[in-house]
Amino acid sequence: MLPLASRRPEPPAGADGARGAGALRSGRRARLGWIALLTVLLLLTVVASLAIGAEHVAFGRVLPGVFSPDPGSRDELIVHELRLPRTLLGVAVGAALGLAGAVMQALTRNPLAEPGLLGVNGGAALAVVVVIGTVRADDALVYVWAAFVGAAGAAALVYAIGARGRGGASPARLVLAGAAVNAVFSALTAGLMLLSPRSFNGFRFWQVGSLGGREMSILPRVLPFVLAGTVLALLLARPLNALAMGDEAGRALGSRPGRTRALGAVAVVVLCGSATAAAGPIAFLGLAVPFIVRTLAGPDQRLVLPYSLLLAPVLLLGADIVGRVVTPGELETGIVTAFLGAPLFAVMVRRGRTRDL
Amino acid sequence: MTQLHADDLTLAYERRVVAEDLSVEIPDESFTVIVGPNACGKSTLLRALARLLRPRDGTVYLDGAPISALPPKRLARRLGLLPQSPLTPEGITVADLVARGRYPHQGLLRQWSREDETAVADALAAVGVADLADRVVDELSGGQRQRVWLALVLAQETGVMLLDEPTTYLDIAHQIEVLDLCARLHEEGRTLVAVLHDLNHACRYATHLIAMRGGEVLAAGPPAEIVTADLVERVFGLPCRVVPCPETATPMVVPADRRRARALTADTL
Amino acid sequence: MRVMRAGAVSLRWEPRTAAVCGTLALVAAGAAVLVVGSGEFPISPPDVVRAVVGQGDRATEFIVTTLRLPRALTGLLAGLALGLSGAIFQSVSRNPLGSPDLIGFTTGSATGALLQILVFGGGAVAITVSSVAGAVLTALAVYAVAYRRGSGVQGVRLVLIGVAAAAMLEALNSYLITRAELREAYEAAFWLTGSLNGRDWSQAVPLAIALAVLVPAALALARPLGMGELGDDAARALGVPVQRTRALLTVAGVGLVAAATAAAGPVPFVALAAPQLARRLTRRPGAQLLPAALTGAALLVPADLISLHLPVAMPVGVVTGVLGGVYLAWLLSTTGRKGTA
Repeated sequence: MLPLASRRPEPPAGADGARGAGALRSGRRARLGWIALLTVLLLLTVVASLAIGAEHVAFGRVLPGVFSPDPGSRDELIVHELRLPRTLLGVAVGAALGLAGAVMQALTRNPLAEPGLLGVNGGAALAVVVVIGTVRADDALVYVWAAFVGAAGAAALVYAIGARGRGGASPARLVLAGAAVNAVFSALTAGLMLLSPRSFNGFRFWQVGSLGGREMSILPRVLPFVLAGTVLALLLARPLNALAMGDEAGRALGSRPGRTRALGAVAVVVLCGSATAAAGPIAFLGLAVPFIVRTLAGPDQRLVLPYSLLLAPVLLLGADIVGRVVTPGELETGIVTAFLGAPLFAVMVRRGRTRDL
Repeated sequence: MTQLHADDLTLAYERRVVAEDLSVEIPDESFTVIVGPNACGKSTLLRALARLLRPRDGTVYLDGAPISALPPKRLARRLGLLPQSPLTPEGITVADLVARGRYPHQGLLRQWSREDETAVADALAAVGVADLADRVVDELSGGQRQRVWLALVLAQETGVMLLDEPTTYLDIAHQIEVLDLCARLHEEGRTLVAVLHDLNHACRYATHLIAMRGGEVLAAGPPAEIVTADLVERVFGLPCRVVPCPETATPMVVPADRRRARALTADTL
Repeated sequence: MRVMRAGAVSLRWEPRTAAVCGTLALVAAGAAVLVVGSGEFPISPPDVVRAVVGQGDRATEFIVTTLRLPRALTGLLAGLALGLSGAIFQSVSRNPLGSPDLIGFTTGSATGALLQILVFGGGAVAITVSSVAGAVLTALAVYAVAYRRGSGVQGVRLVLIGVAAAAMLEALNSYLITRAELREAYEAAFWLTGSLNGRDWSQAVPLAIALAVLVPAALALARPLGMGELGDDAARALGVPVQRTRALLTVAGVGLVAAATAAAGPVPFVALAAPQLARRLTRRPGAQLLPAALTGAALLVPADLISLHLPVAMPVGVVTGVLGGVYLAWLLSTTGRKGTA
């Protein structure tokens, strides 16, 4: 009944046994070429993110600023103390969101699936508002753990609701369960937020995702989670490919859809929870990146996942850089991603072959 | 001139032109079957006959009037169509679905007349699903579902029925069942136009065959008169023999055995 | 199914649907009476009714007709409008997620109002106008982008483009909220949640006028809309002017959303949940426009009643979000039949 969800599964391109060995080899070369290209792109973006900002920094100061900052140089201190952590945060958050989006879309077989849809953002936001309203609001690390727990709880709840009943955790049911849980959480959040102007004031800034103005001690706290989630997600590429052909065909190929879904959900929760905890809810990255990657690389998850991993931080840092220079007072990253991501996404939807819809 | 005919049609989707200067006549009270290879324009032609596709040029006439000039409901009272992949609303019952075929006969103040009731009951009985009337369509088998959709078109009570690949996705027994049903509807005096994939089914059931390739009609006429090995080769590029069907004596197309031909060539080398 | 016939006229109706509609209307009206009775000066339901028909004492009549009735009416009418527009959009896009909350129309309406509240500082009328303008402009933009020659506006494409527009406008709304003074931002956030507090006749009357035009227009197109569920080809073969029906209904749907949001703010979940609930209550397939509209009212007014009796002041949007979400979650976990969700 959900036309979105019943997108006809495409056989993964890499599983095409009919192709000759030569074609496979050139395919591998193309794959390495893409990876190399995206890596170079990521490095360039990182350098740009270190060099560009509201404060002018001489380009020659960037590298020394990263590795051995001279305490006497203002430029080098800006690079080391402000831009380096912010850039690293951007790489971690971007990679996590891009990968989480890709896994989620593969799991639900739904190109509309988004970290927000599985209730992760809603759960994280609710938890943060509860904390702002009850605990001392000054300690940012408390928000982080709260967001993490909230995200995991919400995703678990969505999965539990979606998996009940005779149909099991079908894509449509998961998405609708996500919408339901999200609605409840965001209503509760709004209610708590509006209880007092004080909690509202703290939350209205947190609820716009941003790489700037975050407590930088967050990064080492979430990094292990991001790494673990990344490894788990990449290991799931093959089972996710099997899942793309439908549960029955996948089972016939020897995969275990239930286990793949459960592990995939774990990866998504870990990745999104860490990212949201570190930078607040960032719109559109998890939706747009896998979509872009699929139009470039086709449906093979062994390509989609690593490409998403590399492309998402490029876009997130790019958005962050744009936000730093576009207005005098810095535009939040989440706003920029939405404004850049949405039109791009619309163009792709218009051009899109029906298979992507 | 026949009741339904098309003159000098140019049929095109956004950029791709499917057919130019295409003229066809559907003989009155015939069971006309359109055959041809994939993408030859046969479904496009059917869509143009049903006014689902506006021809870029040329006119389709029904009873002497261009169909583009008829109000939608009036056209729908005279010409029915079973599309290739209709959607079945979720949870709808057989009787409710077939009742929707009465739409062109209804209005705000005429929502369910006695004629509507009789037409639906007759249609259900005609396709043999009267006992399924209260079942939910989603739960039926593919063959039963196709019969229900035929009943919907039947309830529309039109003189002309267009069927776009009515046997696709059905097993052989259900294909024959649906085609037998079509033949009976034809015998009762309706004009049927169907697009079929199976050439042997087409020869067996059609009273008039239209063979298309590349947007052109290569041959039209009763199957017994036009179906030859040469025509099949020209239309489908398939070497074959045409023999009388042992059951109906209509032409039967038997593809040439290319494996044997290959083996023979290999032997001679 | 029952049929009434007289000469050439024949009307059909479903006893279950009629019963459901009657019950929903009673629930909504009853809740509205209780809403009017609630407040610092409680009024009993019989007194409320007497005051409404002009038989009460003057003090009560003043409180009822001047202060509280507009709020109850706004809730009632906004509920009708949201339920109906949700049913329209879900049917047109053939997608339960194609509701105006998700495809940006409500968000656009909110953006219009926020701009007026925070940037231009206009009054109630200006807020109404710019909120309607926001919804209409968003709808136009979404349709223009989703339109493609040949295939027109196709459901899935419309939903995807709408989701993109919603995300963009939400970002804009957040931006506006973070840049504003705390007090103004707080007020705007209240409005953004969907609230019926302090509604007077200047909100209720325009909404009533909009509904008087749009509801009959939409209901008159209910039958061709239902035919569209057979697929475009089948519907057109049955004589339904598919594109025209869709275009007219979309205009009506956008108008309903805009009117409701202008009056009550972007109340969440009513447009998404009401059509789904109506289908299950009536046990009829396809879009049930009138039942969906009544379900919308029967959701929103009781939700407002609850929000009035909470220990702290809460906008009604908080209550509809929680109630609607819990109900949909419950539905999903109890109905196992594949596809019914």
